[in-house]
Amino acid sequence: MDQQEIQTQQKREVESRQESTIAARSFVPLTDIFEDDHALTIVMEMPGIQRDNVDVRVENNILTLEARLDYSKYQGLKPVYTEYNVGNYTRSFELSGKINQDAIRAELTDGVMTLTLPKAESAKPRRIPIS
Amino acid sequence: MAAYSDPFSALLALQRALESRIASGWLARSPSGMGGYPPINIFQQGDNFVAIIELPGMERNNLHIEAKENTIRIHGNKSQNYPKEVSVHRRERGFGAFDRTITLPIPVDANAIRAEYNDGILALFLPPAESAKPRSIEIS
Repeated sequence: MDQQEIQTQQKREVESRQESTIAARSFVPLTDIFEDDHALTIVMEMPGIQRDNVDVRVENNILTLEARLDYSKYQGLKPVYTEYNVGNYTRSFELSGKINQDAIRAELTDGVMTLTLPKAESAKPRRIPIS
Repeated sequence: MAAYSDPFSALLALQRALESRIASGWLARSPSGMGGYPPINIFQQGDNFVAIIELPGMERNNLHIEAKENTIRIHGNKSQNYPKEVSVHRRERGFGAFDRTITLPIPVDANAIRAEYNDGILALFLPPAESAKPRSIEIS
């Protein structure tokens, strides 16, 4: 059993070349990426984000995720003590051409977004038999 | 509470309001106050307090909440369930055990605490104990 203790990581703000027209701050979701024979999987933490407010798109081999926070839930709440800030999440990754872009799947559960990017047939590893 | 109703300035106003209370002295008197996992924000809503805690990707049966007088303990284990035979490109998420106790400056009604876990957010609704509610005093 993994019994190491978990630490709180400060949220990283988005630093982009273009400035956003909206003054509010955006954050970079904590991301794990792993790969197996069939697919590349991207797992991003976006606590508080609902399915309807996430936009995932691929353009020129760039996968971009944008998630908007529904802050209406904070209406009527007066902060007395805070340790973290909230905001929209955004992050993008450059895909290699080996991804079957039409077959990308996205699933959001309990604030964790899982993107499954299946590899194109030609990119799957082949075991070479030794004759 | 019109503070967050204008869609253009609303999120920024909320972010500024949160910023201004970062690690305020509200919990500071207790030794178990700050730091640790998970990060906690506390709000006032009328007479009640609401703790909003970011805990993405938790399994509900690995998350435990205990309350006694004015202390609340949140403990559990955040585990990952990735397939074993993978090569990892990037690892930023944290996993492991956590145990955090906060002591509120007011006694809460432990039996009336309500907990909700949605979208990776744990919300604890903390009504003050009867003894902590204000009473209006009549002038004789």
